[in-house]
Amino acid sequence: MTDLFSKFDPLIQQREELLSTGVTDPFSLVMEEVKSPTVAICNGKETILLGTYNYMGMTFDEDVIAAGKDALEKYGSGTTGSRVLNGTYQGHKECEEALREFYDMDHAMVFSTGYQANLGIISAIAGKGDYVIIDIDSHASIYDGCAMGNAETVPFRHNDVEALEKRLKRLPADAGKLVVLEGVYSMLGDLAPLKEMVRVSKEAGAMVLVDEAHSMGFIGENGRGVCEEQGVIDDCDFIIGTFSKSVGTVGGFCVSNHPKFDVMRRVCRPYVFTASLPPSVVATAATSIRKLMHGSNKRAHLWENSKTLHGGLKALGFELGTETPQSAIIAVIMPDLAKGAMVWEALLEEGLYVNLAIPPATPAGMTLLRCSLCAEHTSEQVQDILGRFERAGKAVGII
Amino acid sequence: MTDRNEMFEKMKGLIEPFNKKGAELSDETTFAGDLEWDSLTVMDFVAEVEDEFDIIITMNMQAEIEKVGQLVDAVMKLAE
Ligand SMILES: Cc1ncc(COP(=O)(O)O)c(C=O)c1O
Repeated sequence: MTDLFSKFDPLIQQREELLSTGVTDPFSLVMEEVKSPTVAICNGKETILLGTYNYMGMTFDEDVIAAGKDALEKYGSGTTGSRVLNGTYQGHKECEEALREFYDMDHAMVFSTGYQANLGIISAIAGKGDYVIIDIDSHASIYDGCAMGNAETVPFRHNDVEALEKRLKRLPADAGKLVVLEGVYSMLGDLAPLKEMVRVSKEAGAMVLVDEAHSMGFIGENGRGVCEEQGVIDDCDFIIGTFSKSVGTVGGFCVSNHPKFDVMRRVCRPYVFTASLPPSVVATAATSIRKLMHGSNKRAHLWENSKTLHGGLKALGFELGTETPQSAIIAVIMPDLAKGAMVWEALLEEGLYVNLAIPPATPAGMTLLRCSLCAEHTSEQVQDILGRFERAGKAVGII
Repeated sequence: MTDRNEMFEKMKGLIEPFNKKGAELSDETTFAGDLEWDSLTVMDFVAEVEDEFDIIITMNMQAEIEKVGQLVDAVMKLAE
């Protein structure tokens, strides 16, 4: 018998090598207790959370929790059904209504996760003979959406407007084209030049989908994302997002002004063939989304935190993913995987949690310590974080 | 139409800067096995080839191309 698992041997070996250095396994951390959006107990120790994507700190918002409890009691713990059968409750409709208002768009469709939203929309709208043009640093859900569909996939160099334009021009003029972009790229926290990219896409007759997972609620005048900030939201045919970051729960969505958008509810398989979100989840999401419409104070504080952390880490001598703070993600570039794991562990011992990101999920084979800030981090916590980074970086000898 | 030998020589020239191992190049040379390219190197190289011949090699096509000879044939077809 051929062991179908032998193909995973290199991966198993990579992990064994890492663990043999004596480092704590970075991928089996348990949050024993969660005290707030920014503090949890890990290994019995109070730990500042700096790697959660909980940008707006909505997870413990009083109104959000009350809405969830109320829905749990009124509608029960789950829908036990697909959105197209018995799984659409009043709460799912209200959540979609909140999204339409938030984005000021005609249509909104809620999926069980953001991953499924990309998977479903991309695989459904780009069919045989069509082309999907994607940035090579795209999120796994975008790649998987391409792999699941029947269209041809054309990757182009990260954030390279010229590379995108050239490829668009080489495609048959009359073929259906979907350009998929992200507002914020989550590995390095850099922004896409959406203004130029949307322009060249439209000139080539392509439809545009923008994944704004990492910008909702704090980038753009109304928190609609990088496409709003750069003034091209009206030219974006589809915006995909998630409830698992700024909104503070779980779920995904697509909003659009396309007049025929509703047909997506029948043709997106990851929408049809899976159970809908529990009533408590859509109730918390709707409440959170409505509160995010009025979150300008929190937004300003989040930006202040990002700027302070970025400037502070740079001054300490760390190498960062972006020259300037562009989003609420700050990626600290590690010299290699072993050192990265050592700094990660030293930070955890200091009581600071960040995301360790390793190849192949990272661009150019980098090892990154990804920090994501929260509007609920106090200015004192940010100073604390800098002190912990300084001690950990010096202990490992990378600064 | 370019003749196949000419195309093969051109392709060799494009591969050379990425041929860190100094592997011998023939029609049978494989990208993953002999050249030991990872996915990032493949992406950079493909972009290079696309721009050189003003063509597009979709990911779907890339999945079918394992050897240098197959790439030469594919590019000859695309550049026609
Ligand atoms: C860019 C991007 N798109 C989509 C997703 C998927 O979101 P979800 O966690 O809702 O599946 C993520 C996050 O994991 C993401 O970073």
